[in-house]
Amino acid sequence: MSTTIATENAITWFYACNVQDVPANGGVCVKYGEEQIALFRFARRNEWYASQNECPHRRQMALSRGMTGTQEGEPKIACPFHKKTFSLKDGRCISDPAECAITTYPVRIENDRVYIGVDGASEC
Amino acid sequence: MVSYKFCEKIISRLTTNKAEIVVFGEEPRPAYDRVHLSEFFAGKTAEDLLMAPASWYVENNIRLHLGDPVQQIDRTAKTVHSYKGITESYDYLVMATGSAAFVPPIPGVDKKGVFIYRTIEDLELMRDYAPRAKKGVVIGGGLLGLEAAKALLDLGIANTHVIEFAPRLMPRQIDDSGSRVLENKLSQLGLQIHTNKNTSAILGEDTITGLQFADDSHLDADMLVISAGIKPRDELAKLCGLETGHRGGIVVNEQLQTTDPFIYAIGECALYNGMIYGLVAPGYEMAEVVASHITGTQKSFTGFDMSTKLKLIGVDVASFGDPFVSAEHSRSVVFEDTMKGVYKRISITPDGKHLLGGILIGDADAYNMLLQTARNKVVLPPNPEDVLLGARGGSSADAGPGVLGLPDEAVICSCESISKGAICAAVEAGNETLDAVKKCTKAGTCCGGCVPMVKDLITGTMKAQGKYIRNVICEHFAYSRQELLDLIHLKQIYSFDEALDHYGHGDGCEVCKPVVASILASLWNDLILDKGNDTVQDSNDRFLANIQKGGTYSVVPRIPGGEITPARLLVIAQVAMKYNLYTKITGGQRIDLFGAHLSDLPDIWEELIAAGFESGHAYGKALRTVKSCVGSTWCRFGLHDSVSFAIQIEERYRGLRAPHKLKSAVSGCIRECAEAQSKDFGIIATEKGWNLYVCGNGGSKPQHAILLASDLDSETCIRYIDRFLMFYIKTADPLTRTATWLNKLDGGITYLRNVVVNDSLGIVEDLEKEMQALVDKYKCEWKEVVESPELRKRFNHFVNAPGHKDPSIQFETMREQKKATDWK
Ligand code: SRM
Ligand SMILES: Cc1cc2nc3c(=O)[nH]c(=O)nc-3n(C[C@H](O)[C@H](O)[C@H](O)COP(=O)(O)OP(=O)(O)OC[C@H]3O[C@@H](n4cnc5c(N)ncnc54)[C@H](O)[C@@H]3O)c2cc1C
Ligand code: SF4
Ligand code: FES
Repeated sequence: MSTTIATENAITWFYACNVQDVPANGGVCVKYGEEQIALFRFARRNEWYASQNECPHRRQMALSRGMTGTQEGEPKIACPFHKKTFSLKDGRCISDPAECAITTYPVRIENDRVYIGVDGASEC
Repeated sequence: MVSYKFCEKIISRLTTNKAEIVVFGEEPRPAYDRVHLSEFFAGKTAEDLLMAPASWYVENNIRLHLGDPVQQIDRTAKTVHSYKGITESYDYLVMATGSAAFVPPIPGVDKKGVFIYRTIEDLELMRDYAPRAKKGVVIGGGLLGLEAAKALLDLGIANTHVIEFAPRLMPRQIDDSGSRVLENKLSQLGLQIHTNKNTSAILGEDTITGLQFADDSHLDADMLVISAGIKPRDELAKLCGLETGHRGGIVVNEQLQTTDPFIYAIGECALYNGMIYGLVAPGYEMAEVVASHITGTQKSFTGFDMSTKLKLIGVDVASFGDPFVSAEHSRSVVFEDTMKGVYKRISITPDGKHLLGGILIGDADAYNMLLQTARNKVVLPPNPEDVLLGARGGSSADAGPGVLGLPDEAVICSCESISKGAICAAVEAGNETLDAVKKCTKAGTCCGGCVPMVKDLITGTMKAQGKYIRNVICEHFAYSRQELLDLIHLKQIYSFDEALDHYGHGDGCEVCKPVVASILASLWNDLILDKGNDTVQDSNDRFLANIQKGGTYSVVPRIPGGEITPARLLVIAQVAMKYNLYTKITGGQRIDLFGAHLSDLPDIWEELIAAGFESGHAYGKALRTVKSCVGSTWCRFGLHDSVSFAIQIEERYRGLRAPHKLKSAVSGCIRECAEAQSKDFGIIATEKGWNLYVCGNGGSKPQHAILLASDLDSETCIRYIDRFLMFYIKTADPLTRTATWLNKLDGGITYLRNVVVNDSLGIVEDLEKEMQALVDKYKCEWKEVVESPELRKRFNHFVNAPGHKDPSIQFETMREQKKATDWK
């Protein structure tokens, strides 16, 4: 379904969707093979972030449906289930240091197309 | 700990650095916080636990000899000699040698796998040993033993036992019934408790394998912590001929002088009036007395009360004052909730005026307040049980005067012995945040138990100064909800982004976004998914359905007053079967359909709407249901038609968004089958009309609604409700139900009645107009979604695979329906 466009430093950039498919200051869930990746558009800062969609707390596929925000300038996502918050910079759980961190992914925009960078050679 | 506190206190008293201070410590590091020792297992390092770093001693010209215990005191020459061969002379000598763990002479205590719990090194040894242990045991069911047991659980030893010699846990602090409740709670945490057990031997070759008890039973174990009490470190004192007690401890007088007036003893090694004080607060008080004595002010130590609160274990336990007053000298009030595992007992003077002491288990929120009430002999309210249970019902019942009613001398922070007066003075001097007060007074910096009281004092003092306390929303908006609502109204703002541009900064967060979203909805009643406001809604509002375990959603159509035709029931059944939904009658007289996939929601609603249903707003902080009883149409007692009135009310306020959800009910007579008095607003038929009750709540803190006005005709009743609801919407803090709002409202129900019924603020006309505008603007939001292809697109799990369902969602079968698979 998605096309691989380039491979550099063992990062595969795959096409996720178009910019206007993602609500401003919100998120969507992207299917990447069997995986689910949450993609966030911080429209006010013109920044994009991506992370695993699964919340490590109760292992719910939910982060893309959470609320984006910042804490002292650091971008974060709050899980809709119990409002644990995770940094989108380094994936650590901000609200509960004992909680596992989430994996984050780089995002690139080219001609209104959104690409997410995943490890390793192309899978799809 | 106490020696460090002594240094701190004496330095602050010496204006010019005239004195030379030398500290010898046996341990390899400077004094650290033993009270929070267990946090070492929660990731704190030895550095984190230090009372002050080594540099502090340098800055204050204190010579510090570490890892070098004093071995001899020459009292005639006034010198001390250390292990490393240093000799120092002294004018005054302060002994703060603390205590060691008491290890009973049980054969086998020297085996591998047997530990004590006193120093960082002890904990390091335990941490290194724990990975190979499966069964842990603690000897000693006192304060420290339970803390050690929790530590074993935290170290991953799920199978941990506590052995207590006495017939109950914490025999020195709590009574039998309390101990039983505590035992229950601890077993829920996974601890197995054995009382009345006398350990006679520790089994195993050179490593422990188990314990043998005097009653011939035995228990397997591969790790043991002994926490059977403390033994004051008085060996040095004995050696130089100072008087010590039979059971240990250096004998001191009210000035904490030993039998040699130039030598003081403080902390856990000191024996005052036959008593060793095994807590840090009395030790700090002793340090204060000696520091004053040496610098020329007279103060005395006359004992200290042993109130304590157990920390860390996951169960609140506290005892204060004298918990064991005999029945002849006191009355007691006992509260027990075996379901929740809460036990509280207080002893009061026979005349009911003063609090003597008590025990709290399972819920110790009131500890600080009760401790201060007992210590300061504050006069109790007319119903002394109110101090335990809080004021219940009634309009202006007052559960005692609160922290502001304490005298100025009342000690608020007992660790640092900071009085109420000192804290209030600091606030008056401009320290208006908790951090500022902590810095300025040190209150709340040790165990933290007094922090809630300090906060109340800050707010109380500021209010008394006529200052306005702002309950700001979060780092992005420096306004209270009420202020922000007024601003947004005034500036006619319609989206979160505009609100942030005008009145906030940064990007917003999960706290301010739903607050602003709710304000916008309460003011304008626009479709909440419009104007980019969809992403600032809580997940439930964003998808107009309640998210559930596993990530599916529930569908709750409105069934006003609980009345439904068989034809509509059939539609619900058909929809449920078609989309494979679990169905249940709710506690709000309607039907909930659970387990819908996100992408099915618009289709499900399309079918329901076609049959005449509309959204039930079960997902919003909005009006939920107006329950009704069957009323005069069928019931032989019914005074009026409660069903018709309930439907009218529900249809008037449907979709109304508020700081929290709103529930209502209408009963056809005083038998109250609709439970109207447990609702945010409830209506009960009378011979002459309707009685209107407001601010009731079910949920975790149930509270009965209070009568606002009686014998109203239907029209007046609705006008009062308009005013009441609009006033609540405009003034309540976020996520505050009407009951809590009223509890905090100055003047309570009398004030509210004056505003709503007597128009004391002259605003009722506006309130009614504003409510009417919201009512007129109502639209079913699901209908709007179903009719808009653009909005429907947002109900997809995958942005790049529309219609694909989340493959991780799984169901199980139960009683012929489906249920969500449990959390992983
Ligand atoms: C479905 C229902 C239980 C049932 O099977 O009967 C229910 C289900 C939920 N309740 Fe409730 N409550 C239900 C009746 C009640 C009642 C009884 C009543 O209304 O008569 C109460 C106590 C009365 C009260 O509110 O004063 C009640 C007190 C709560 C509370 C605590 C409120 C409080 O002030 O303490 C919450 C939590 C909250 O709102 O923050 C809550 C929250 C919830 C939520 C919304 C939790 C959530 O956010 O996911 C549950 C949603 C389930 C879902 O997925 O649909 N529910 N809940 C009932 C729906 C009634 C309806 O038709 O709308
Ligand atoms: C795990 C644990 C939890 C606790 N929890 C609480 C609590 O919640 N609340 C509470 O109030 N109290 C609690 N306590 C008790 C509290 O820690 C003690 O009351 C406090 O530490 C006593 O202070 P101290 O200065 O008298 O003794 P210590 O802190 O023991 O200091 C004495 C120091 O003197 C050293 N020393 C001894 N002999 C010599 C010598 N000859 N020369 C040089 N140095 C010497 C010792 O090595 C030690 O470092 C707890 C204790 C432990 C172990
Ligand atoms: S009582 Fe608790 S578990 Fe039951 S429905 Fe309400 S919120 Fe859910
Ligand atoms: S599942 Fe995400 S916070 Fe609980």
